Amino acid sequence: MMGSFKDIFYQYNWEEVKNSIYAKTERDVVSALNSDKKNLEDFKALISPAALPYLEQMAILSNQITKKRFGKTIQMYIPVYLSNECQNICTYCGFSMNNKIGRVTLTEAQILKEIEVIKSFGYDHILLVTGESQKNVGIDYFKEVMPVFRSNFSHISMEVQPLKEEEYRELILLGLNTVLVYQETYNQNEYKNYHLKGKKSNFFYRLETPDRLGSSGVHKIGLGILIGLDDWRTDSFFTALHLTYLEKAYWQTKYSISFPRLRPAEGFSKSKVEMNEKELVQLICAYRIFNEEIELSLSTRESQNFRNNIVKLGITAMSAGSKTNPGGYALEEDSLEQFEISDERTAPEVASMIRELGYEPVWKDWDKNYI
Amino acid sequence: MEPLTIANKKFNSRLFVGTGKFSSGKIMEEALLASGSGLVTVALKRIDVNDKEDDILTHLYHSQFNLLPNTSGVRTAKEAVIAAQLAREALGTNWLKLEIHPDSKYLLPDPVETLKATEELARLGFIILPYIHADPVLCKRLEEAGAAAVMPLGSPIGSNRGLQTKTFLEIIIEQSNIPVIVDAGIGAPSHAAEAMELGADAVLVNTAIAVSENPVQMAAAFKMAVEAGRMAFEAKLASKVGYAVASSPLTAFLDE
Repeated sequence: MMGSFKDIFYQYNWEEVKNSIYAKTERDVVSALNSDKKNLEDFKALISPAALPYLEQMAILSNQITKKRFGKTIQMYIPVYLSNECQNICTYCGFSMNNKIGRVTLTEAQILKEIEVIKSFGYDHILLVTGESQKNVGIDYFKEVMPVFRSNFSHISMEVQPLKEEEYRELILLGLNTVLVYQETYNQNEYKNYHLKGKKSNFFYRLETPDRLGSSGVHKIGLGILIGLDDWRTDSFFTALHLTYLEKAYWQTKYSISFPRLRPAEGFSKSKVEMNEKELVQLICAYRIFNEEIELSLSTRESQNFRNNIVKLGITAMSAGSKTNPGGYALEEDSLEQFEISDERTAPEVASMIRELGYEPVWKDWDKNYI
Repeated sequence: MEPLTIANKKFNSRLFVGTGKFSSGKIMEEALLASGSGLVTVALKRIDVNDKEDDILTHLYHSQFNLLPNTSGVRTAKEAVIAAQLAREALGTNWLKLEIHPDSKYLLPDPVETLKATEELARLGFIILPYIHADPVLCKRLEEAGAAAVMPLGSPIGSNRGLQTKTFLEIIIEQSNIPVIVDAGIGAPSHAAEAMELGADAVLVNTAIAVSENPVQMAAAFKMAVEAGRMAFEAKLASKVGYAVASSPLTAFLDE
């Protein structure tokens, strides 16, 4: 049987990786920018503090490479939160089990109301999000709601708890196209301190989820970390390592990366490690220069001004007008949101901003008849 | 310039164009008009046929544009056949650019699935233009399977790297009984002219026009390059063997 990313992961040591990134010099950065085929050492240089003086060059390069592959387009998607029930205790998340909040799981009738509003914004690509509650929001629930979404959307993504390979296979047959599963942090020791209780506390089950997804034949896998939990540079290196492994192991699968920075949420206010906007631009450009084909996605966690300016710098997908509480679009339930969003503009407002920049917002880029 | 005939349809322009990656539908429309093209490829996955204001289709309602739906996104012959039938129903055309690229990174075509799908789609009455590697044997097999033309790649799609497969393209052009359309990798008008000079019947260009700073002007430039290349081919290029030798050291003995 084929191995998993765990085998690769064990070959690396967090502290050593971290030191090697911070030891990168301007010379390494220049050599990375000029190399024909970028490798992981080049990526380290591009995300290192030594690369900050080269940010403008990186941005120019990122802009050019992105246009070549993706054209002047931005894909539009929107999340729909189906449930905030959760049996995990995660110190940074509003849905954490120990938060005394109203818990909701949407029924099919409620979902249809949400869909009606979402469709009126123009969306055709949807992202389903839940907390982790095996009993109420497990595979049976997903199998029940998937056909409702399939009949209304051309592309369905999912950001829920890690599932088994056979469960992914079942959902793919029902119309699932993409699964996002973020490791949050690749620092195994720190991971424990953030994920205190529940299934999510199992670091390696989560780490091997993209392998199960790859084996299941899912069309696209989204990777990422939660920026703010630990040193983002080291965590991003591990993400890039993970990506590189997956691209070779599951060559038919597409990949995307997201860069969620921790936002204030119920019971949580401050990140351990801050990342400023300059550094976020650096990271986005570094991913693009490192991997010309990777899709890069940016949510409404970021501010209006930042999102306006990042359109040209490497991003390929954006959400807009998002609500992060179940029933947030139509039901106006006073349920708790997962985190506070920052860019509060509506979808049409964001779409016209994209057009003003000379880019085309793309609402449909998949067909529900394709698996 | 001789017109090109594919499956009994005449094309005055030998430049075919794609509709992806443009910054707006309006700019796409202007660029396509400037290209003079008569065959425009559209990804089935990008269009919503139920939407009367679809952001691509509304810009293609010009009598000179024949639509060539493509199956971009499918990964197997089975999916391609389903997509082809949907495209036929939605756009009312038998024409199909068959693209099966399971490789999500470089979007390279799967020769095995492409051949399988061509056989099946030919039975279903489609006019098939398969996008494939510059593999001369595969091109002959596709011809036998009923393809209306073959579309070998010049270099990876969207790479703008020109005719990296030139040696094989020459063999394909020499051997083919159906039109050869060089697709993918054509990044500059000079690449298009080169393909036409080699004797390609047409070229398909998308990225190089769509992401140019001025897509309309670039489309016009490609139009001219394709015409120039074709005219040169028809006029027969002078032989490149231009070495002049004063003496003939190897054959001088014959005159002794």
